[in-house]
Amino acid sequence: MRLVLDREQRAFADSLEALLTGADTPSVVREWSRGEHGSGRALWVRLAAAGVFALAAPEEYDGVGVRPVELAVAFMALGRHAVPGPLVETVTAAVLLPTPDLVKRLVSGEDMATVAYDSPYALDGDAADLRLVLTPDGLHRATGHGPVRPSLDPARRLTALAPDELLTATPPIEQALLLARLTTAAQALGVGLALLDRTVCYVKQRTQFGAPIGVFQAVKHQLADAKIALEFAGPLVYAAALTLDPADVAAAKVTACEAAYATARTALQLHGAIGYTAEYDLSLWLTKARALRTAWGSPEQCRDTVLSGDRRW
Amino acid sequence: MDLAFTPEEVAFREEARAWLLAHVPAAPLPSLETAEGFAAHRAWEAELATERWSAVDWPTEYGGRDAGLVRWLLFEEEYYAAGAPGRVNQNGISLLAPTLFDHGTQEQRTRVLPPMARGEVVWAQAWSEPEAGSDLASLRSKAVRTDGGWLLSGQKTWSSRAAFADRAFGLFRSDPDAPKPHQGLTYLMFDLRAPGVTVRPIARLDGKPAFAELFLDEVFVPDADVIGEPGQGWRIAMAATGNERGLTLRSPGRYLAAANRLHALWREQGSPGGTKARVADALIGARAYQLFTWTAASRFLDGESLGPESSLNKVFWSEYDIALTETALDLLGAEGESADTDWSERYVFALAGPLYAGTNEIQRDIIAERLLGLPKGRR
Ligand SMILES: Cc1cc2nc3c(=O)[nH]c(=O)nc-3n(C[C@H](O)[C@H](O)[C@H](O)COP(=O)(O)OP(=O)(O)OC[C@H]3O[C@@H](n4cnc5c(N)ncnc54)[C@H](O)[C@@H]3O)c2cc1C
Repeated sequence: MRLVLDREQRAFADSLEALLTGADTPSVVREWSRGEHGSGRALWVRLAAAGVFALAAPEEYDGVGVRPVELAVAFMALGRHAVPGPLVETVTAAVLLPTPDLVKRLVSGEDMATVAYDSPYALDGDAADLRLVLTPDGLHRATGHGPVRPSLDPARRLTALAPDELLTATPPIEQALLLARLTTAAQALGVGLALLDRTVCYVKQRTQFGAPIGVFQAVKHQLADAKIALEFAGPLVYAAALTLDPADVAAAKVTACEAAYATARTALQLHGAIGYTAEYDLSLWLTKARALRTAWGSPEQCRDTVLSGDRRW
Repeated sequence: MDLAFTPEEVAFREEARAWLLAHVPAAPLPSLETAEGFAAHRAWEAELATERWSAVDWPTEYGGRDAGLVRWLLFEEEYYAAGAPGRVNQNGISLLAPTLFDHGTQEQRTRVLPPMARGEVVWAQAWSEPEAGSDLASLRSKAVRTDGGWLLSGQKTWSSRAAFADRAFGLFRSDPDAPKPHQGLTYLMFDLRAPGVTVRPIARLDGKPAFAELFLDEVFVPDADVIGEPGQGWRIAMAATGNERGLTLRSPGRYLAAANRLHALWREQGSPGGTKARVADALIGARAYQLFTWTAASRFLDGESLGPESSLNKVFWSEYDIALTETALDLLGAEGESADTDWSERYVFALAGPLYAGTNEIQRDIIAERLLGLPKGRR
């Protein structure tokens, strides 16, 4: 039993962190939100080169086999830096697709994919090269997309898709959905951690009543609660990656998303009015925390999964 | 990263499970907060000790199995899953014993630990005083040098199980002129039946009488019962608070077992929708606590020290326990009001969680200042 990252996994996390720290993601996010995908695509190719999408594809498709722990590591970093785009969806597509050449293009970063499942919208259908729809009959391609609807998170662009050509009647739905849920959980956790970090920095700098506001207990205790919630979500995410048990994955999703969302509320409160402005970068994480909460399994659906079955922990 | 246990760990777990299945009393013991229950729990400790299950992580020479942290955690899961009784000697085992391993003398370990493991000597913690709760360092009970030892005087309070316990350990002011409140304190063990000790039971919220306050009037303690160096008591005692807040007092096993029982209760009641989210969160919370603990254990086994991180545990388990037991009472409906069920006893106990072992306000300060690096405020 070793529920901590090994040396290689830490090195992978560090290298992604370094890549993303240098990438000025806030301006990438803002461009993406305006429908300008150039800088997002350039970053996407670099992420692919760092191996992010290879973690969801078998070796014969240029991947390294499905590596859920490394995917969780990667998605935490992506969330931490608010990277925009159909990240979860591209991973999900790589698992679902039966066609090597399509998967290879995802692994290399040439193509982005989006997937609609159990929702009227797919994420970023306007940016995606490959648009997929999962129905009870199987996996379909969609040719076009409906008009872009804004999300509460401006960086998430919602598009309706209509199923068209059938790609396979028997995609590995269960595995793909588990990975979608897991990577969303990890991404949300990264969002929460970024919100906490930024807020801790802010309360040390902002002074009121002649002292940094971080000296006041009413402020400290809110941040302590955020820290507790996020710290307890992390091991759930890693364990879910290890077991890929549906109850573990659901537990990770609801806990990580609720922790991130609660941290977003705290972050906004402790930043005061500046946190409420779109021009201040905090907003990029605030809105994402809300949106990820319902993506790929609402809290209610996740709790149902935890309660179903006879699994005892 | 993996969640697998070694064959030895699995074998240990199975051995524990089999032993517990054969020995756990069929009917729950009476509450250990009562005289009758206390005696029954002592007997249970003795039974556990016959096959060295009472302190599995201790070295074998003191009555343990040298099991290490991971096997101890597995044992605890089995222990609570089997519905085994609460541990009457948990203060001794989780607070005093680790302190003696780190700071005691060989003679103290040999003298104190084996009878503790057998339940022959049950220990109370005598830290708090009427004027020293959260601000523990302001304590005033004193230890005055005398021939071959010390004379203790003063008042201690809120001492769990002290009404029926045999001995106690606590902090005393040995140098009233020390420049700072947490200097000049000495950590000592004393006999609750020694001349000069008066024990007054204080009924808890539920009326049960094991809680107590202690009045000390020149109680003699030999030098052999000083833990560590005189004057160094604060440092030594604080090293133990991590145990109290963290793993050893509140292992995940008890919450996993309780959450699974709550889940079963919810199903028996027809899976009512109104409590669904709370039941799911109880299951998830227990799992989160288990995994958080395994993470901490992994890091500990890698040689990291955990320190203030135990404050995260403390707030988590104390609030979790209340949420869990409240949910059970709500599910029980009218039955939930009755005070003689397992759940109601557990609920009353849970209510104290945010108070003892350092209140949750104090823990949140520690988290904010020592883990998040926020500026130190007035305490
Ligand atoms: C069931 C139970 C068992 C116990 N068992 C033992 C035992 O075996 N041995 C023992 O020695 N003690 C024991 N205690 C005592 C326990 O350790 C104290 O109750 C605890 O330290 C708090 O002290 P207090 O009760 O004096 O509260 P106070 O310190 O008076 O605090 C009252 C309130 O004020 C808040 N407060 C105080 N200072 C601050 C601050 N600086 N910032 C923010 N808030 C603050 C507290 O958090 C609390 O909410 C037990 C208590 C209970 C309830």
